[in-house]
Amino acid sequence: MREEISDMSEDDETGERARWAPDLSKNRSDDSDSGPGPPIGDSPPPFSDQVLENVLENVLEFLTSRRDRNAASAVCRSWYRAEAQTRRELFIGNCYAVAPHRAVERFQSIKSVVLKGKPRFADFNLVPFGWGAQFEPWVKSFGAAYQHLERICLKRMSVTDKDLTIIAESFPLFKDLTLICCEGFSTLGLAVIAERCRHLRVLDLIEDYLEDEDDEVVDWISRFPETTTSVESLVFDCVTCPFNFDALERLVARSPSLQRLRVNHHVALEQLRRLMARAPQLTHLGTGTFRSEVGFGEVDPNLDLVSAFGASRSLVCLSGFREIEPEFLPAIYPVCANLTSLNFSFANLTAEELNPVIRQCHNLQTFWVLDSVGDEGLRAVAESCRDLRELRVFPLDPTEDSDSSVSDIGLQFISEGCRKLRSILYFCQRMTNAAVVAMSKNCPDLVVFRLCIMGRHLPDRITGEPMDAGFRAIVMNCKKLTRLSVSGLLTDKAFEYIGCYGKLIRTLSVAFAGDSDGGLRYVLEGCTRLQKLEIRDSPFGDASLISGLPFYYNMRFLWMSSCNLSMRGCKEVARNKPNLVVEVIRDAVEEEEEEIEAVEKLYLYRSLAGARTDVPAFVKIL
Amino acid sequence: MWLVNETKPTQVRENKTKEKKLKERREEKRRKRQLRNRNPSLRREREMSVETERSSTESEVSGLDYEETALTLRLPGGTSRVAGSEPDRKRGFSETVELGLGSDAPVGTRGVGSTDDQSDESPESQASVAEKPPAPKARVVGWPPVRSFRKNVMKSCKLVKVAVDGAPYLRKVDLEAYTGYHQLLTALQEMFSCFTIRNYPDEERKLVDPVNGTEYVPTYEDKEGDWMLVGDVPWKMFVESCKRVRLMKSSEAVNLAPRAQHS
Repeated sequence: MREEISDMSEDDETGERARWAPDLSKNRSDDSDSGPGPPIGDSPPPFSDQVLENVLENVLEFLTSRRDRNAASAVCRSWYRAEAQTRRELFIGNCYAVAPHRAVERFQSIKSVVLKGKPRFADFNLVPFGWGAQFEPWVKSFGAAYQHLERICLKRMSVTDKDLTIIAESFPLFKDLTLICCEGFSTLGLAVIAERCRHLRVLDLIEDYLEDEDDEVVDWISRFPETTTSVESLVFDCVTCPFNFDALERLVARSPSLQRLRVNHHVALEQLRRLMARAPQLTHLGTGTFRSEVGFGEVDPNLDLVSAFGASRSLVCLSGFREIEPEFLPAIYPVCANLTSLNFSFANLTAEELNPVIRQCHNLQTFWVLDSVGDEGLRAVAESCRDLRELRVFPLDPTEDSDSSVSDIGLQFISEGCRKLRSILYFCQRMTNAAVVAMSKNCPDLVVFRLCIMGRHLPDRITGEPMDAGFRAIVMNCKKLTRLSVSGLLTDKAFEYIGCYGKLIRTLSVAFAGDSDGGLRYVLEGCTRLQKLEIRDSPFGDASLISGLPFYYNMRFLWMSSCNLSMRGCKEVARNKPNLVVEVIRDAVEEEEEEIEAVEKLYLYRSLAGARTDVPAFVKIL
Repeated sequence: MWLVNETKPTQVRENKTKEKKLKERREEKRRKRQLRNRNPSLRREREMSVETERSSTESEVSGLDYEETALTLRLPGGTSRVAGSEPDRKRGFSETVELGLGSDAPVGTRGVGSTDDQSDESPESQASVAEKPPAPKARVVGWPPVRSFRKNVMKSCKLVKVAVDGAPYLRKVDLEAYTGYHQLLTALQEMFSCFTIRNYPDEERKLVDPVNGTEYVPTYEDKEGDWMLVGDVPWKMFVESCKRVRLMKSSEAVNLAPRAQHS
């Protein structure tokens, strides 16, 4: 499912790629995004070297992995130049790590850009509005430099309608716009993109927050010119405003290459059927509202959904299912056996309602679901989906003291049935160490393990012990683990284990865990591949922060909020590491000018660009 | 010619002011959102202190019990004004009504399905209404870590149609926007503006059209297709099972199961 794009924090292009071999001159591998290299602006080489360089360029064209490219660029000046000339995709994991002009100076023939902005905890309202990550300076630099730019993918950036207009005006070959968790734009900007990007193939809007204009909702769908027939992917379920359905139907009808279509909740089943009739070649379909418009409980006799799905022989991914009326679910039976990806995470289904569907999904590899299906529902998943690689179980009621119907029992079922599991995200209220241990043993291929026990500091529900043992087993037994999120009652011991065994971990999320500075110390010293560390509400103080000084240059960022940090400690870090940007973020600005010693939110990241100039009033850079 | 030219400048001016207004409104919204995001805990405290302040003033002003005479309705007891709080599941409608004078929290101001609401903002349930002995922990921002997008989608999926006997139009309400029957009825009252809510001593609620004195009883169709009286089951159960609402004329409501049979 295209949703894997939303998991862009898994920066590995493919899971099967060989690991990056450590550079022996440093104490740990350097996973820097654009690689080190000699300074820009050397004099051109003599003629014979030029020939060699040309040959090299031809070879390097085939090198696509950015880690390999970073390595190649470090060999010597000639290789550095050749690599810079041949790089086609620019990946910038932190938009503040490098200045736009510098990126543009080094890489001059870029066709595709991936750019990430705010720290992930911004998704949970921990980063105040207006913090930064404006796309504007980037789009202006790109607009001036990259005539052949075809693809832009942004995650957690602030994008305005004006930026979208610049895209439409600057890149005549533009093909692919993917915006994930972005905000700041509206249907006005979408209309400009639709209208002016003549070669647009992909417009994917994933979990963005659009500015609402009560008075002027632009019908952007109808702005796609009649001549546009190249659309391959159109995802807009997060665009909450209504649109002209007939225009969409016409667009779909004239787009023979259309493979992915995800509509918003303004599309009900009757309309969905019409769309499906126009595009039987679809591979990925996101339904809108999975209920009939006609009346509650009444079925339009003309609504033949079953044959619509029956005709869609190519469907491999289904999602949407908002406001689901379960009596319509049987319509999807014809495609179940072909599905590799199914997203029921907005469908409030019981185990009984899920059962007949999931029993037929033998080939499912990705499954997202709500905990409303309960442990019983998960048992059915475990028995039916032997090939499952990714499972996400979301809470129907995402509040801390809600009742969740899934527990350690469901996790146990899954671990026994889905042995090939690679990635799991599991929200629950009750968990045991035993179930987590079982998963670590049954699913040794796990790369991503994210467990969210929603009640804070909850111990093993049977033994009453901390969840240390469970996570210990995970890091010990899952030798490929690169991403870990912990929860529940955890002592420093848990972090000792993580530091000891979690040698491949790149991303670690910690919340309401640990006893003392020791916990964080273990992680910083032990996890040699650590790139992204985000911590909230844990008792780690200045001492632990300072203990990480030798490692921060090898990480992309560190986030710590509601811990025990003070200005003194943060200032010491800033003083010691000039290429680190240390941001202290406050919530309320109305307070007095005098400095508060306690640091509520700390965000630090390595950067070649130095302190950014667009800081809002509530951010202080030390 | 002169007339044509005359209209032009004003037209341009109008467009500019319209654009300006739009811009201002957007800025306003951003500022508001910024303030909301800035310090939810601070805002929570402020809300709570305002509420307690107001209730003390009221009791000082007069010895009158406003509940009986007021035309505008207040929320009973100390239920929070922000949706997303968790009233005890076992507490039924009648218990909600029983609660005494409370704060002057404006009703229905939460707004229907506001998209940038943070559902973890609710203040702690005040002790007066808590039936579960330990008050729930203070909610923390951003926990559990579920994105707003997902929260909003799950939130606004309880739109039901409301029909009034004799009225030619339907309205839709989002049941998730309300925390109890009282809020819902008040919203209905506002929506169909011709009604006032009449309180009955046996805790029944009826909507009355003051023009002709016709009484309407709020009823709803549940998942099984049965028509029930609104208020008989606990609020959450009602939200879960309600498919549509009908304000039935009292005279026709005799066929529904009498209230006494429901506990």
